[in-house]
Formats: sequence, structure tokens, C-alpha cells
Amino acid sequence: MSATDTTEPTRRDILYIATGAVGAVGVASFAWPFIDQMNPDASTRALAKVEVDISSVETGRSLVVKWQGKPIFIRNRTEKEIEEANAVSLEDLKDKIARNENLKDSSAAATDANRVVSGKENWLIQVGICTHLGCIPLGEQGDFDGWFCPCHGSHYDTAGRIRKGPAPENLLVPPYEFLSDTLVKIG
Amino acid sequence: MSGHSAYVPKSGFGKWMDARLPLARLVYDSFVAYPVPRNLNNWYTFGAILSLMLVVQLLTGIVLAMNYVPNTTMAFDSVEHIMRNVNYGWLLRYMHFNGASFFFIAVYIHIFRGFYYGSYKNPREVLWILGVIIFILMMATAFMGYVLPWGQMSFWGATVITNFFTAIPIVGDSIQQLLLGGAVVANPTLNRFFSLHYLLPFMIVGVVILHVWALHVTGQTNPTGVEVKSEQDTVPFTPYATMKDLLAMTVFLLVFAYFIFYMPNFLGAPENYVRADSLKTPSEIVPEWYFLPFYAILRAITFDIGIPFTDIVLINSKLGGVMAMFGSLLIFFVVPWLDTSKVRSATYRPLFKQFFWIFVLVCIGLGYLGAKPAEGIYTTLAQILTFWYFFHFIVILPVLGLIEKPKPIPASITEAVLAKNGVAKS
Ligand code: HEM
Ligand code: FES
Repeated sequence: MSATDTTEPTRRDILYIATGAVGAVGVASFAWPFIDQMNPDASTRALAKVEVDISSVETGRSLVVKWQGKPIFIRNRTEKEIEEANAVSLEDLKDKIARNENLKDSSAAATDANRVVSGKENWLIQVGICTHLGCIPLGEQGDFDGWFCPCHGSHYDTAGRIRKGPAPENLLVPPYEFLSDTLVKIG
Repeated sequence: MSGHSAYVPKSGFGKWMDARLPLARLVYDSFVAYPVPRNLNNWYTFGAILSLMLVVQLLTGIVLAMNYVPNTTMAFDSVEHIMRNVNYGWLLRYMHFNGASFFFIAVYIHIFRGFYYGSYKNPREVLWILGVIIFILMMATAFMGYVLPWGQMSFWGATVITNFFTAIPIVGDSIQQLLLGGAVVANPTLNRFFSLHYLLPFMIVGVVILHVWALHVTGQTNPTGVEVKSEQDTVPFTPYATMKDLLAMTVFLLVFAYFIFYMPNFLGAPENYVRADSLKTPSEIVPEWYFLPFYAILRAITFDIGIPFTDIVLINSKLGGVMAMFGSLLIFFVVPWLDTSKVRSATYRPLFKQFFWIFVLVCIGLGYLGAKPAEGIYTTLAQILTFWYFFHFIVILPVLGLIEKPKPIPASITEAVLAKNGVAKS
């Protein structure tokens, strides 16, 4: 609505718009603290790293640790499991991306090698949260001998790659680093 | 139906008040003199039952909150404390817990009543939409309430449901973090869910007031679907509707009481009496019964939707499932425009009546499948029923209105009543 009947915008129109704009910015900046308080707080964000001693995990065994409240699967894979994972052709994978946060290339192919550290292929370290709706898959189960999520029936193979069921992505490999042969730092 | 008011204040104070805040007049006009169709049957009592259940949930909830602790280290114990130590705590909690179920029983009957008698049709679209909003708020409230006792189902139910949001492309993960207050369900989540579980029922009260207001503008439908035409078609709310509603409430409360006293845990999952463990998913996650049909629809989408003969995926199975689930609810909003028939009541729509009952069976079937493991034949059946669910709304409702030949419609409510009950008593 213009203040007068002239077709040109008047000084008053500009003032209306400017006032409205300042008001909108004011409302938005007032609302922001109310929304942002819901985001993760400083104490939650602080739990960013953990160090894990893996010396007690024998071949064919797994360890579950908590990192940022999430379960981390650390598995010492058998020869057979590694072979099985390598035998799969990329064509057969539902998700062809490695999903490994340690790789620079975020679209790297989901080969077994791209999901582990070279020279330490037996160690498969991943976030134990089903990429469907967040349940925790059970180890050494399912049609592909890897993990099986009981919630809605997702099957992962021995490299943690999704093979069957509703989950869209491979299990996530979190950022981690071997500090020594028996110590890993996650995060 | 609004119009002149028949209220006459009797006492001196009544007159004084009426000139300042005519609250008594509003109540009198809305719940005493208010004319209702003379042929309402028992399916029309569930609105009153729903109001009663809302009050039951509010009262029991407020006293539970006096003894409950919304902290992950104490929540589970505080609910056990309510059950064992608080005077009558067991009763209050069982009322609240079973009350949620009975609230949903009533709302489902109420909604299907609406479908059967075409209650959503012109001019009651807004009334219907307000009802759908109440239903959605109820689901959100019940979902967050179920998290509070911090059992295994509380935790894993919350995990699965909030993970729906990660299906949204790009911003999904941030939205989920905002809801949970972290990467996973934890103390911040429990805290805010408690706050919201306290708030939402009062928002429901607000929408219920709008719902009843809209109802009193258009007036109720009735089993014939013919609008009220003269005073002869109606009876005053009090005593007729009041007494009928009171009787129905009593019967409903008797069944409710039977559950509370004789089978208080029949409707719940035993797994929820196990303390939440963030490292162990129960072997089977089953939501409360009232969510099962929607859960079945979610799990029915096991396939990606993409461009045929290419590898391009437009909607992956996860997003597809979430969209189907929300879609199955949101589609209620447009039902007034999907149903093209001018005839309201299924009584005069022979074809629609059959499809209505098929739809009821489909919903029950989905509920059954929602509680079964998501594999093999169960998934296939869920896919067929999910297809039919949407087919009913998107194809059957619009097409029936065009091809169906309705039965002759009575000229008025009174005519229909007299035709059914024989002799006219003037
Ligand atoms: C729309 C109305 C409401 C519905 C559908 C509803 C539903 C529920 C459900 C399903 C539970 C879980 C019960 C269990 O498994 O033990 C629950 C718990 C709880 N609700 Fe509500 N509620 C409603 C209103 C309220 C209100 C107004 C309050 C007031 C603060 C409240 C306070 C609580 C508390 C403290 C608990 C935890 C104790 C317990 O688990 O029994 N609720 N609610
Ligand atoms: S959460 Fe794992 S299959 Fe749904």
C-alpha cells in the first residue's frame, strides 16, 4: 500500500519498508537463541575424542566402545571375512561409496581396501549405527556374515557395506588413527 | 446454527455478570439450548468421550509430573518409584498409560465416523482440518510421553522415529541434531521431550476450542447427511445430547477401568520395563499399537524410486518410506476435496459404503503387519495394503463421486426418522 496515489514510490513508502525490514531482522535475531539452545551444548560437543586399547581383541572378536554417545564397532576380522569382502564386485553393492571419513576423496569406491587402513586390513572400525533409522546392528549375522539390523532387516557384509534391506548407505567409518599397534584414537 | 440467544439470566448477579462477561450465556447457548439433529446415533458420542479423555490425561499427567524426574539417570527409577511408593501412584500411572490408548481408540472411531458420514464435506472443511491437526498433535504428544519412562522401547522408539529426519536431503542431519540436542538420543533429548510433552496437551486444548467453535458454526452432521432444515429436525442439547453422551462416557469408562484394574499392561510392550541401554537394540522394535498402521507403511517402502533403466535414484527407500508415512497422514487434510460426491452419508452411497469397509479392513491389516517382522510375505502384504491405502484416497474417492448412483435421499431428517420408526407422533 502506498501512502499517496502517486505511482512513484514516496519517501514514506521507503520508510515503511525500511522499518519492516529492521523489524524482521529484530524478530529473527530474537528468535535465534530460542532455537539454537536446542543444538548440542558445549558439554556434549566436548566428548570429541577417545583412545582405545585394542590389544585384547583377538582375531574374530569385536569390541564396542562409545564415542560421542555413539557405539563404535572395532572388529579384528578373520582372513575369511577379508576374502569374502574382497570377492564382492562393486556392481553388486547397493551403496558404491566408501563412506570413510579418513579418505580425502569423499566419493571413493566402496572397495574393502577403502574402508580400512592399508597394512591393517584386519581392523574394521565403524560407527555401529544402522544407516536406515539408527538401530544397532548385531555382529556376525545376516545373509552376508557381517551385520544384521533387526529393526527393519538390513544386512551388511563383512566390510560393513549395505547389501540388502532398507538402509541406504554403508556403515560409516569414523575418523580414526592408529597411535601404535595396540592403541587407536577415534575422533 | 448460531443466531439469536435464548439465554435469560435469572438472578441479580447473573444479570450483572451478563452485562459484563456473558460467559454463562456462551455456555447456555453452546451446551444447553444448542440444537442438535434428533437422529444422532452412538457413533456421535465420541467427541464428548474425547474431551473427557483429554481431561483425564491432563489431570493424571500433572500429578505424575510432581513425582517424575526427567533425567536419564533417574527417569526409569522415578517411574518405578511412582508405581511402588507414591500413594495411588500405580493407579495414576496406569490411568495415564492406558488413557493414551483409550484416547486413540476414541479418536480412531471418531475419524472413521467422519469418513462414513462424510462429515468433512462442504461446509465443514475447516472443522475437519482442525480435527486432523488435533490428531497430529496427539501423536506427537503420545510419542514424546512414551520416551519419558526411559525403558528400552522408549529409547529405541525415539531413536528410530527421530532418525526419520535424516532422510531429508542435505539438511536432515542438522534437523535431527537440533531435535535431539546431540548426535544420539540422550539426556538433552529426554529433558526437552518432557517439556514439550507438558506443553502440547495445552495446545491441543486450544485447537479443541477452535474445533468446537467451528462445529457450532456449521452444526453437526447426522446419519442421513441431510442438513437441518427446521426446528422439527432438532432437539435441544440438554437434556438429549447431554444424557446420551453421559451414558456413552460411562460405558467407555467401564471398559477403561477394566483395563486399568485387570490388564494394565496388556496394551504395552514388556520390553519397556527394561531400563534403556544405548548399546543394545531390542530384537524387535514395535511401537505402541496406535502407531502400527503408519509404521507398516514406513517399512513397506523397501525399494528405491528412480528413473527406469538407469542407475539414477530420485528417492531412496529410506526417504520413500518416510514420505509415504507422513503422506498417509497428511492426505487427510485434502479429503474434503478428493471426495467428489455431493452426497454426504454412506447410508445413501451403496458403492462407497463397500469401499469404506474395505478401507477399514486395510487399516486393521496394516496395523497387524506393523507388529510383525519386516520380512518375506509380511513385507509383500504391507506393500499391497499400502498401495490400496493411497489408492482409496487418490483414485476411489474422486472416481466414486462421478460414477456412483446414490439411493434416493430423504427430504428432511424428520422424514427419514419417521419413515424408519413408523407412525408420526405430532
Ligand atoms: C494429550 C494428552 C496426553 C497423552 C496422549 C499422553 C501420553 C503419554 C504416554 C503414552 C506416556 C507413557 C506412559 C508409560 O509408558 O508409562 C506418558 C507419560 C507421561 N506423561 Fe503424558 N500424555 C498426555 C498428557 C500429559 C500431560 C498434560 C502431562 C503433564 C505434565 C503429562 C505428563 C506425563 C509424565 C510425567 C509421564 C511419565 C510418567 C509415566 O511414564 O507414566 N502427560 N504420557
Ligand atoms: S534401523 Fe536398521 S534396518 Fe531400520
